Amino acid sequence: MLDRIASFGRLGLDIVASLGRSGRFLIGVLGGVPRPVTGFPLLIKQIYAVGVLSLAIVVVSGLFIGMVLGLQGYTILSDYGSESAIGQMIALTLVRELGPVVTALLFAGRAGSALTAEIGLMKATEQLSSMEMMGVDPLRRVIAPRLWAGFIAMPVLAVIFSVVGIWGGMLVGVEWLGVFEGSFWGNMQSSVDFLDDVMNGFIKSVVFGFVCAWIAVFQGYDCVPTSAGISSATTKTVVYSSLAVLGLDFVLTAVMFGDF
Amino acid sequence: MAQRTLEIIVGLFMVAGLAALLFLALQVSGLSPKAAESTYTLYANFNDTGGLTPRGKVSMAGVTVGSIESISLDRETFQARVEMSIHSEVDNIPADSSAVIRTSGLLGEQYIDISIGGDMESLQAGDTFYSTQSAMNLERLISNFASGK
Repeated sequence: MLDRIASFGRLGLDIVASLGRSGRFLIGVLGGVPRPVTGFPLLIKQIYAVGVLSLAIVVVSGLFIGMVLGLQGYTILSDYGSESAIGQMIALTLVRELGPVVTALLFAGRAGSALTAEIGLMKATEQLSSMEMMGVDPLRRVIAPRLWAGFIAMPVLAVIFSVVGIWGGMLVGVEWLGVFEGSFWGNMQSSVDFLDDVMNGFIKSVVFGFVCAWIAVFQGYDCVPTSAGISSATTKTVVYSSLAVLGLDFVLTAVMFGDF
Repeated sequence: MAQRTLEIIVGLFMVAGLAALLFLALQVSGLSPKAAESTYTLYANFNDTGGLTPRGKVSMAGVTVGSIESISLDRETFQARVEMSIHSEVDNIPADSSAVIRTSGLLGEQYIDISIGGDMESLQAGDTFYSTQSAMNLERLISNFASGK
């Protein structure tokens, strides 16, 4: 019994300690903003790895989610004879919620896990410590470009996701089910506000990008340098990022759209 | 991969993101480039605003001429005070016009329709509509009908 209480306490202390480490780590990384000339190629390479290569999964899921929204929305709205409201339903759902959230979940699974595994393997094969021996700061050379790349790529991906989703919804609603195109766009334009909806969704995706990239690089940097350690760190990245995204989404939605 | 190709691909990626944002701004939210339109403020007091919400439209003969800024309760009269911003080019609304809350369609959103009066004077910025007509309340209508009034 006493052992159990002790292990519970140890768990709590471990969590607090790892939070503290991640905070110190973040300060160290943010201090290492990629230098304009030498750091820029590294940043470009990472944006390619986490952003451009995630484009395929983001576009395909965006298209299908938009099409499903169109189909589901049509079945429900046509009961009330207001299927022309399908445009505003699709656009608001995607721009406010699904765009940032689903992109962040996909991003955590596709790019975050790869970042963790890569950095974890670098640590396990002692590349990070040999960099330190050579006088190269691994935080600046390895971690910072990856964190910034995630931070930059995620909003771009989320915006592309929303656009592709709206296009997919239009494909189903207008081309297939025959909603009048003018009322599709007209209803959408009269109900979507640029600052309130589009920009708030954009801010969400910026926050999610930062959190996902932070969790991914920290888990990689902090992992136990064994193969089991890397695998558990990769799992943790995906689980923690997903939970953080969903939790933060609630908080951000309450702040942005809640009337109180 | 050569650094140059990489830079071009990432550049295209960022351009695609910007284009998508532009699409959301122009096509989805209907933001027109001349969005900073000058407006002036008018007020109207209603007994019942029903489901009227801020950002709703204000129209005249079916044409949108402004939007609802805010809805608040007047603590003196216990009426709802609606603040509307009207486009500056519509500066000749007759002073005896009335503001009516209407519903677009059966279940659509509610908006304010300005029915035109005949006065030669026109409403100035900061003025309040003299006559208003509150939202049609379906429940009250039905209960009136049921009680035979």
